Amino acid sequence: MSQLDDLYRRVIMDHYKTPRNHGKFDEDVVTVDLNNPTCGDRISLQLKVEDGIVQDARYTGEGCSISMSSASMMTEAVKGKGIQEALDFADRFSLMMKGETVDFDDYEDIEALSGVSKFPARIKCASLAWNALRKGIDAEA
Amino acid sequence: MNSEWIKEHFPILNQEINGHPLVYLDSAATAQKPRAVIEAMKHYYEWDNANVHRGVHTLGSRATDAYEGAREKVARFINAARTQEIIFTRGTTTALNIVASSYGPSVLGEGDEIVITQMEHHSNFIPWQQLALRTGATLKFIPLQADGNVTVEEAENTITSRTKIVAIAYVSNVMGVVNPIKQIADIAHRHGAVLVVDGAQSTPHMKVDVQDLDCDFYAFSGHKMCGPTGIGVLYGKKALLEVMAPIEFGGEMIDDVGLYDSTWKELPYKFEGGTPIIAGAVGLGAAIDFLEEIGMDNIERHETELAAYAMGRLSEIEGIQIYGPRERSVGLVTFNLQDVHPHDVATVLDSSGIAIRAGHHCCQPLMRWLKASSTARASIYLYNTEADIDRLAAALVQTKEYFA
Repeated sequence: MSQLDDLYRRVIMDHYKTPRNHGKFDEDVVTVDLNNPTCGDRISLQLKVEDGIVQDARYTGEGCSISMSSASMMTEAVKGKGIQEALDFADRFSLMMKGETVDFDDYEDIEALSGVSKFPARIKCASLAWNALRKGIDAEA
Repeated sequence: MNSEWIKEHFPILNQEINGHPLVYLDSAATAQKPRAVIEAMKHYYEWDNANVHRGVHTLGSRATDAYEGAREKVARFINAARTQEIIFTRGTTTALNIVASSYGPSVLGEGDEIVITQMEHHSNFIPWQQLALRTGATLKFIPLQADGNVTVEEAENTITSRTKIVAIAYVSNVMGVVNPIKQIADIAHRHGAVLVVDGAQSTPHMKVDVQDLDCDFYAFSGHKMCGPTGIGVLYGKKALLEVMAPIEFGGEMIDDVGLYDSTWKELPYKFEGGTPIIAGAVGLGAAIDFLEEIGMDNIERHETELAAYAMGRLSEIEGIQIYGPRERSVGLVTFNLQDVHPHDVATVLDSSGIAIRAGHHCCQPLMRWLKASSTARASIYLYNTEADIDRLAAALVQTKEYFA
């Protein structure tokens, strides 16, 4: 099961079972609803953007351990970052999904998802939250 | 029936996936192909390939004979009264869309009804939903019982004199229930409606007799019954097909083309515009030969036994939820493991060489009814064995432990 262990590292299971930033804001903020029509995963992402900075992020959704842990990590990764920085993070995440070695000094948890690149059927699970992030930033801009 | 022996006929099953012998339990999505089907298509392309119904040359005749020969096999296989009632299509989806697009608008007006169920696959759902929106007809649903079954009584309560079309699956691709088609056909006809049957999940697994069912239209796909992808069948009663307008215009389907109007060929050709799916039909014909050699009765009996075995083995697993009725005659089990998402189940199973489906199975309305956003599904066919089910059960227990 070693290849499986690559996929389901402890960090991933931790984010899956104890999700960070899970929930909704009371106030009116940018909200992106996205789903994977082929598999039924869905995410509702909320971003609080002020002065070009992602001040806070929350999400709710339904999906597998990969999609939900990725959402938890994504919200952790982009909180407090400038819009450009957040997009740069998303770009690095995409590269990692293509199997490239990418540096994540700024949020190391995310590297746990590098194993997903070996499971082509699951890349769309891991990418859902990041696609929502890009959409949210587009809507804000 | 010796499934180990049958397995030998399927080259693809003789391989390892992720270091384990492949156990293929996703035949409801698409079935594997026996050597006989692959060889028949290869032979067609290597020896007989030409366009049909036009060439004067020898290859043209051979190709035409092969194509029309396949049509005769299909007609016999589902016991259609006439070969002209067999229209080759791209698959079940196209077949159902032809009925919805051509027959639908000719009989429906505001206030008329289309009756379906919430268990339908999207391909027997959306065409009717969109037809209702287009024509102003009302879309109605025969309510499902708590266990997922459709009863004759509920069908009787739903179908009225305003109903023009009733469309229902013979077998559900999620819950494995077999619907009472014959009785529903009778109810539909008493109210002056036609019955359209989605036969995608029934035709591969049981003996089908469209005259005995007395359905007006019946659609199925080749690839779920050991044939190739890209070929399917629309059966329709001649009297209905004859008055229906063609959907696709072009070569092959015309009688006489004038500058300002044209006339169409007789059945079934007016519904087969363009160069048809010749090699696909040849492959489907070979699949029918293969299934008939084993015997549809034998296949059905084998699957019924294996389905009962699978229900027994999977029910033993703690924390499993199985959807649909406890008793089933069709080899299809849809389930969820507590606290493990079906994608994760499917990935862990795949790492043990076991292929199952995870997702909504093209049945979002049914998923809502089941209150599940996604489920896992193991589906069996003639080549599966008890040993396959044992591997599945063991891997599911492992999956639970892995995520515990």
